[in-house]
This record gives sequence, C-alpha cells and structure tokens, in this order.
Amino acid sequence: MSILVIADHNNETILPATLNAVAAAGEIGGDISVLIAGSGCDAAANAAAEIAGVSTVLVADADEYTYGLAENVAPLISGIASNYSHILAPATTYGKNIMPRVAALIDTVQISDIIKVVDVATFQRPIYAGNALATVSSNEAVKIITVRSTAFEPAAASGGTAKIEAVPVTGEAGLSRFEKSELSKSERPELTSAGIVVSGGRGMQDGANFVMLEKVADKLGAAVGASRAAVDAGFVPNDYQVGQTGKVVAPDLYMAVGISGAIQHLAGMKDSKVIVAINKDDEAPIFQVADYGLVADLFDAVPELDKELG
Amino acid sequence: MKILVPVKRVIDYNVKVRVKPDQSGVELANVKMAMNPFDEIAVEQALRIKEAGQADEIILVSVGPTQSQETIRTGLAMGADRGIHIEADQETEPLSVAKCLKAVVDKEQPGLVLCGKQAIDDDSNQTGQMLSALLGWAQATFASGVELAGDNAAIIREVDGGLEHISVKMPAVITVDLRLNEPRYASLPNIMKAKKKPIDQMSAADLGVDTTPRLTTVKVEEPAARQAGIKVGSVSELVDKLKNEAKVI
Ligand SMILES: Cc1cc2nc3c(=O)[nH]c(=O)nc-3n(C[C@H](O)[C@H](O)[C@H](O)COP(=O)(O)OP(=O)(O)OC[C@H]3O[C@@H](n4cnc5c(N)ncnc54)[C@H](O)[C@@H]3O)c2cc1C
Ligand SMILES: Nc1ncnc2c1ncn2[C@@H]1O[C@H](COP(=O)(O)O)[C@@H](O)[C@H]1O
Repeated sequence: MSILVIADHNNETILPATLNAVAAAGEIGGDISVLIAGSGCDAAANAAAEIAGVSTVLVADADEYTYGLAENVAPLISGIASNYSHILAPATTYGKNIMPRVAALIDTVQISDIIKVVDVATFQRPIYAGNALATVSSNEAVKIITVRSTAFEPAAASGGTAKIEAVPVTGEAGLSRFEKSELSKSERPELTSAGIVVSGGRGMQDGANFVMLEKVADKLGAAVGASRAAVDAGFVPNDYQVGQTGKVVAPDLYMAVGISGAIQHLAGMKDSKVIVAINKDDEAPIFQVADYGLVADLFDAVPELDKELG
Repeated sequence: MKILVPVKRVIDYNVKVRVKPDQSGVELANVKMAMNPFDEIAVEQALRIKEAGQADEIILVSVGPTQSQETIRTGLAMGADRGIHIEADQETEPLSVAKCLKAVVDKEQPGLVLCGKQAIDDDSNQTGQMLSALLGWAQATFASGVELAGDNAAIIREVDGGLEHISVKMPAVITVDLRLNEPRYASLPNIMKAKKKPIDQMSAADLGVDTTPRLTTVKVEEPAARQAGIKVGSVSELVDKLKNEAKVI
C-alpha cells in the first residue's frame, strides 16, 4: 500500500487533525507520504517531516495554493493520485471542500468521515447523524477517504525523519479568489482537540452570559462550544457549533449547559468520555447520555461551579 | 438566468432512525420523509435571487424513487417553477448523482447550481463539489452569505476557524450552510398552484448514467449505547464526582 495524506496546515504549522489522518493511514498500513500544498510553506513541510511514520513529504509551493482553494489544489492531487492506493484527508472544512473534487476528477467514489479501518478496503463510517454505523468496502483503484479525527489517536508530531520532495505545481485555475478571512481569535484550546469542552445552548439566553461559561472554561483549561441554537441566535460565532453539521468533539469531559440534547447535537459529542449536563428540565434528552446530570437553573449552577473550582 | 437546485428526499430530521434487524440498512418503510433541510435553504436562496430580479427560472432536480416527486412538489409549493425527476434507487452515491446533475446542467444551461452542503441521511458532503469538478466550474461550499454581481458571486463560507470571504466566477456550484437564510413556509394558494407545475420524468439510464453503487455495504449497525449515568444533587457533589470518581478535572 502506498498512502498519501493531504495535510491541513496554515503554511507555518500542521493542524492537529492531520495527525489523526496520518494515524488512520498507519492503521491501513504501508508507505505514508504527506502532501503540503501551500506557499512559503517550508515551516509546515519541515513539521510534516517530523511526524512519526511518514516517509516522504511532498511540497507544492506556489501562490495558487496559498489559500487552499479547491479549484487549484484538486488538480494537483488528482494529477498524482495514480501513484497511491489510498488518499486520505482530515474531515476538516478544508478536507471536505477539496476531496470530493479530487474524487470526481479521477472518477472515483469517496468514503467520508471514516471512524474505523477494518482492512485495506473496508471502513466504518457514521450515517444518519451517527445513529447508524455503516461498514463499506471499496474496489476503487485509489481509495479517496476523509477521516474523522476524534476516532483516531493522533500520530506523534515528532520522531519522524521523512525526506522532502518538491512536486510540479499545476497553476491557477482562475475560477475563484480568496478575499479575506475573519478567524475567531481565542487563547483557549482548539475545540476539536481540547481535553475539556464546556458548551452552552439556547438556555444561555444571550451572548453576554457566555462570559460565565468562559470563566469556568478558563479554570478547567477548556474550550468553549455551543449548540446550533446558540449560534443561530448570535450568542457565539459559527465555529463554536458542535454537532452533525458542525464540529465533532470527543474530549475527556464535555459539559452541556442549557442544551436540550437534540440528535443533531449528540452526533457531535456523544463519544466524549465523560458527559455532564446542566439543565433545568429533568426530562431533557441530554440526561439520557449524561454520566452526571444536574437538574438546576444554570444561572445558579454555573456561578456556583465557578466558585467551587476556586 | 436559470438556477438549478438539487433536492433530496430523506428521512425527516426529527425521526429517530432504526437499523434493520438484518443489518442491511436503516428502516425506511412507514417512516416520515422530507426534503433534506439544507436543500430547503438552497431553494429559499434561489427564490430570493429570483425575487431580486437576478434569475428568471428555478428548476428543482431530484434523483431517487418515484416518491421523490413529493419532495419536488414541496419545493414547487415554496415557489420554484418546474421540476425534473430522475428515477433511481433510494441508495444513490454522490458521484452518480453528480453525473445525473451534470447531464441536466448540460441540457438546461443554468447560470448557477445551489445545493445543500450535506444530505442528512448519508452525511456525505460530496455531491456539490463533485458536480463542480465534472463541470469544470468554480465551487463555493458551506455558504452563509451569497451576493451575485454580474460575472461573479461574493460568498461567505463557514470554515473551521470562523468565516472566509471568496469571490467565484459564474457559472458556479454553491453549497449552502444552515445560517444562509430561514426557509419560508409554502402558503395554501402556492400549494394549490404547485400541483399544476410541470415535473419532467426520466431515468438515470436515459441520461447515460449508471447508478449501481460502487461501494458495497457490508453491514449497518447501531452504535454502542452509552451507560445510563446518575443525577447529582448539587454543584459540590458534581465537582466531587468529577475530581474523585471520573478523575477528569
Ligand atoms: C439540518 C440540521 C442540522 C443541525 N445541525 C446541528 C448541529 O450541528 N448542532 C446542533 O447543536 N444542533 C443542530 N441542529 C439543531 C438541533 O435540531 C436543535 O434544534 C439544537 O441542537 C437545539 O439547541 P439547544 O439545545 O441549545 O436549544 P433547545 O432545544 O431550545 O434547548 C434549550 C435547553 O436549555 C434549557 N434551559 C433553558 N433555560 C435554562 C436555565 N435557565 N437553566 C438551565 N437550563 C435551561 C431548556 O430546558 C432546554 O433543554 C440541526 C438541525 C437541523 C435541522
Ligand atoms: N439523490 C439526490 N437528488 C437530488 N439532489 C441530491 C441527491 N443527493 C444529493 N443531492 C444534493 O447534494 C447535496 C449534498 O448531498 P451529499 O453529498 O449526499 O451529502 C444535497 O443537499 C442535495 O442538494
């Protein structure tokens, strides 16, 4: 097997979900290469070369890859696809955007969001918001796969000594242009890789009340997340959304505060090790998945929790 | 300009799905079906573009069993102009759906395709990107803002780190995210009107597309259920349990 992992990176550093995709590649077994498509991306390439288990880092360094636009990056990958038995990308918004375009360019079906490698051709993936798990097997010559990061322990970021090779660049497609990004700035850990996540829902009532949760999060070294309802209502930015169509998290501790526990929300957090729910409605469905449930008004319980944590 | 909106018939998002005892799939018989929620958002966006005078016809396309026509009717009742039903099995793969859609695009020559970002049954998140590749068009996925201006569209995308603004050349494929708009309800007069709107019928084979799945489903199973937990009586009990029993803080 010869496996190519598409790195999600920002030219400087490798984003953590890439390490989980390398781990999935390791479970398939074989020679693992990592592709860095970017510009001025030496630092990211050097970091990729240190990932344990990687033998080669391919670098495509050109202006057209700066912002990871699918129309430019997909032809780069489809052009080298026949050298590999599997091409994996993390199921981040970057991977989800690019990989189906690659798959269609080489007339191949894609397997999205795998959570288990059964064998080199067989993979498990959640469907229906994780209410069913499908095991599928593929005969395609090149298997195009995205990897759910929470399902694979990350590969070690250091210890590897891969060689770095340049690959021919494929040019500007001229179809789309990056204008600007508005990235949420936070000193807190990143949501999808945090050990503890504290999330708020519609019960928080407004954005200002999230300060209460942030205080608790900071005492625990936690990331802050939210339900769709809290994002839709404008309490917090879109990138806080946990769920079927938001981010998937599986921390050691997940605290759901003022969240009812709709299946679409559970889809994004029910693989957390320990779940705590604080809700004033003792029949809220979130209590069916919570290890520790507290029936209380969050406006009493959260400040008290803040105090208890000292 | 014509706008094409692919709409998928899926199990209603409120239904708790059940896996079939023989593990061949999920139970679809006698289950409430509905338009994929993201596709309602795509239909709504198409209607707003038309209402702003930037499009003159909205065509809905659904690939699936005969009942997919009900899904097309739902969108016609929201205000779309006509439908195309491409007969195929319930379990189509995104690549073959994208090929069917490409054949329709070649025939109808729309200036824009608005898809959902994800079908909530297979959770694939592939079809729009694949269609865009097959057409050689620009793609704008996970859109929470769409502004058409002549030969370009200004798009705001929801990405992992926040928001991204891009500009794409038209014609383009745009896949829509939850916060793009709030879909309207069909009014009674519009539901009546929709009954008379035309739905063309054809098969995938008519379009030269083979929809036989390329992936083999080995089995479909229920995820492991979580152990039932306990209710704690106070915040201090909660903190104690987290420290000394679960040992997570
Ligand atoms: C296509 C689609 C995709 C979706 N994707 C997602 C997704 O990715 N993520 C997601 O989260 N949702 C998603 N949803 C939405 C989901 O169905 C629910 O609507 C949403 O999760 C509800 O959010 P909530 O629990 O915050 O709000 P609600 O359901 O309104 O619950 C609020 C809870 O707060 C409690 N509460 C209120 N006041 C207090 C108080 N003072 N103290 C304590 N408790 C209080 C209430 O008892 C209630 O249980 C999706 C829906 C659709 C249709
Ligand atoms: N069978 C289908 N018929 C019509 N449109 C579809 C079909 N399958 C997928 N789509 C469109 O593609 C989007 C993404 O679906 P998917 O790639 O399956 O997650 C949906 O929101 C629809 O807009």
